[in-house]
This record gives sequence, C-alpha cells and structure tokens, in this order.
Amino acid sequence: MSEQGHHAAEASPVEQRVAALEALLTERGLVPDGFIEEVTRRYESQVGPMNGAKVVARAWVDPAYRQRLLADGTTAITELGFGGPEGAHMVVVENTSAVHNVIVCTLCSCYPWPVLGLPPAWYKDPPYRARMVREPRALLAEMGCGLPEETEVRVWDSSAEVRYLVLPQRPPGTDALAEPELAGLVTRDSMIGVARL
Amino acid sequence: MDGIHDLGGMQGFGPVGHSPAEPVFRHRWQAVARALMEVVAGAVNASGGEFRHSIERMEPGHYLTSDYYEHWLTAAATLTVEHGLVTRADLESRAGGPFPLSGPVLAPPVLDAGPGLDEPRFGVGDQVRVREWHPTGHTRCPGYVRGKAGTVARVDGTHSLPDVEAHGTARRYEPTYSVRFGADELWRDGQRGVSVHVDLWDSYLEPL
Repeated sequence: MSEQGHHAAEASPVEQRVAALEALLTERGLVPDGFIEEVTRRYESQVGPMNGAKVVARAWVDPAYRQRLLADGTTAITELGFGGPEGAHMVVVENTSAVHNVIVCTLCSCYPWPVLGLPPAWYKDPPYRARMVREPRALLAEMGCGLPEETEVRVWDSSAEVRYLVLPQRPPGTDALAEPELAGLVTRDSMIGVARL
Repeated sequence: MDGIHDLGGMQGFGPVGHSPAEPVFRHRWQAVARALMEVVAGAVNASGGEFRHSIERMEPGHYLTSDYYEHWLTAAATLTVEHGLVTRADLESRAGGPFPLSGPVLAPPVLDAGPGLDEPRFGVGDQVRVREWHPTGHTRCPGYVRGKAGTVARVDGTHSLPDVEAHGTARRYEPTYSVRFGADELWRDGQRGVSVHVDLWDSYLEPL
C-alpha cells in the first residue's frame, strides 16, 4: 500500500491526488531529480530524538553546559552540531521535582525538528492539541505520566517562533553511567514532557 | 480566522492515540506530500504565514477527518492553483476524481503594514491582556487566550507578524513574548497548579 509503482487502479484516493500533484509539478520542471528521496532521507535518518538525547545527556553531566542550555538554548544546542529550520529559536525548560513542563502546538504542529525530528502523529492530532492546554493533569495521567498534586504543571504552546525542548530529570541510580549510555535512556516522550524517566 | 485548526481547549475529543515510537512516514505518499509542499512553497515564494493559512482554510470536516499529510497535500495543491501553476481541472483530471482544495482567503490583501516595532512595549513581569478580536485572515493568536489576562514571562526577538505576511508581500516586524496564564483565568474548570504559556506578538496585547 505504501510502496511506489502501483498503478492508479490500486491506489487510494489520497495516493492518486499525491501522484497527480507530483506529476503536474514534475512536468513543469519544479521537482528536482531525487528531491523527494532527499527529503525523506533527511527526516528519516538525519534528525530525530537521538539528537535531543545527546543534548540532555550533556546537560546532565556538565553543569556549565546545563547553565548555558537553559540561558540560551539555541547557542548551546548549536555547540553539539544541531540547528536549522524549526530550531533557530530554542528555549529549553527544565523539569524538577517541583515543576513539570510539557510542550504542545494548539494551532498546528510546531516542534523542534533539529533535536526531535518530525512530530509523531498523535502530537499533530486534535485530541492532544485540544486537551493539553485545558486538562494537562488528566491527559498526562492518561498517557502514563501521572503527577503528584503538588507538582506544578507548565504547558508551553508553541504559537510563535520559539520551539521548546523539555530537559527531563536525570533518573536516580545513573551516577555510574557515561554520557553515551545516559543518552540511551532519554526518550522522545520525556523531551516533549508526556513522560518522566 | 476562527478556523477549525484553532483547537486549544475544545472539548469532546477522546483519548490521544499515543505510541512511544512510530515510523516517520507510515506511507510513502506522506513523504511525497511533505516534499511537494516544500517544492510548492519555494515555487510560489510562500511565507510561513501563507503556508499555514492555506491549511487553516480547509473545510472543517475534511480537516478533522484527514491525515496530517493530507493537510499538507491539500495546502500545496491549493497554493499551486491560487498562484496559477495548475488549475483545479488539471488536478482532478490527473487524479481521476475530486480533488478537494482549501476555501478562499476571506481577508483582503495587506498592502501597507505600517511601521514595525523595534523595542518591546512590555517587560518580564508586566501584566497584559490579549486583545479580543476576530480577524478574518491568518493569525497566531489562539482563540482560548483572547480577552484573557496574563503575565509576560519572557521577551523574545523581533519577528515578522504572521497576520501581515500571510496576505501579501508586505511585512511588519514586532517583538514577541511568552505570556503566562493561570488555568483559572483561562477555564472555568481549570486544573490546580497549572499554567499555560502562549507565545504572542506585540500587537495581540494591551497593557493591563
């Protein structure tokens, strides 16, 4: 169903529409050779939560880096080689035992591509966008991230140019781990703020 | 516009279809649609505002029942027609069936955006109220904060106002702010110990 080369009779209506637009733009010379494959490769392998995990692990082991990251996220993230579209104005918000942060984009799907890749489908779907600003405690609990009543919840709606990254708390019992192993513990969800580690 | 995309706080939606991991593109057509939007945005020189507005103008039922990349496809096709690269008849004949496009732009073109604003009017800690207004064009001011009072939590850089850039070649640059709203200010049923921070352009705000 998802493979290339089906003839029109087997394609779904949306696949037929995509193929129609692709053909019309290609005939007009607007689609460079290999462009679609290049875009696919960029988002499937070059950006993703593995980048954000490196940022988080560095902040856990290096207090000076953590300070720079919280003071100027864009510059500190660039130090590790990550930047580009949807990452030009980064703000990093830190979870503590008293404060939990979570990010959302109620108007569309704004998300920090260089450090987290493209957003998962559920982040872009109406239930998450509608509910996270109104009932974050209930929604977080539903998603497996129940919080004590005394924990303050800060929701960040990415409605302008800033993109957010949550700095999760370092899990207990990880003192002996080196930076690459720590990065392996950091999940995408913990950097969106819908999970704690 | 008061469009279907402005979802913050709407009620009646069910559980989030969450999964801890999923492929970046579930189907190849999604990757193609995404790439074609980049092609079209480049070809017609669409600003971020014009691109977002082309999604927001989708028919609400279609918006709510289609995949996110179908939004991008619909937007890309709409912009190609509006900028005269192809016709709707071309699209439908090639697709062998209907090709739903986004609805028309309701706002007039912005010919003169007036002078920009270099210096922030507000500082961290200032109390502000979000203007209660309902523009017919593109805006990045979510409906759920209009008329609400909040506190400036951060002053960000100066950025192009989406309400202007979506509607022509004029541009106006203004400071943006992260404004903190208590849940009790936003919702009758606001949860305790919750604040929502919304990033807003200067002209969305009034001093309180």
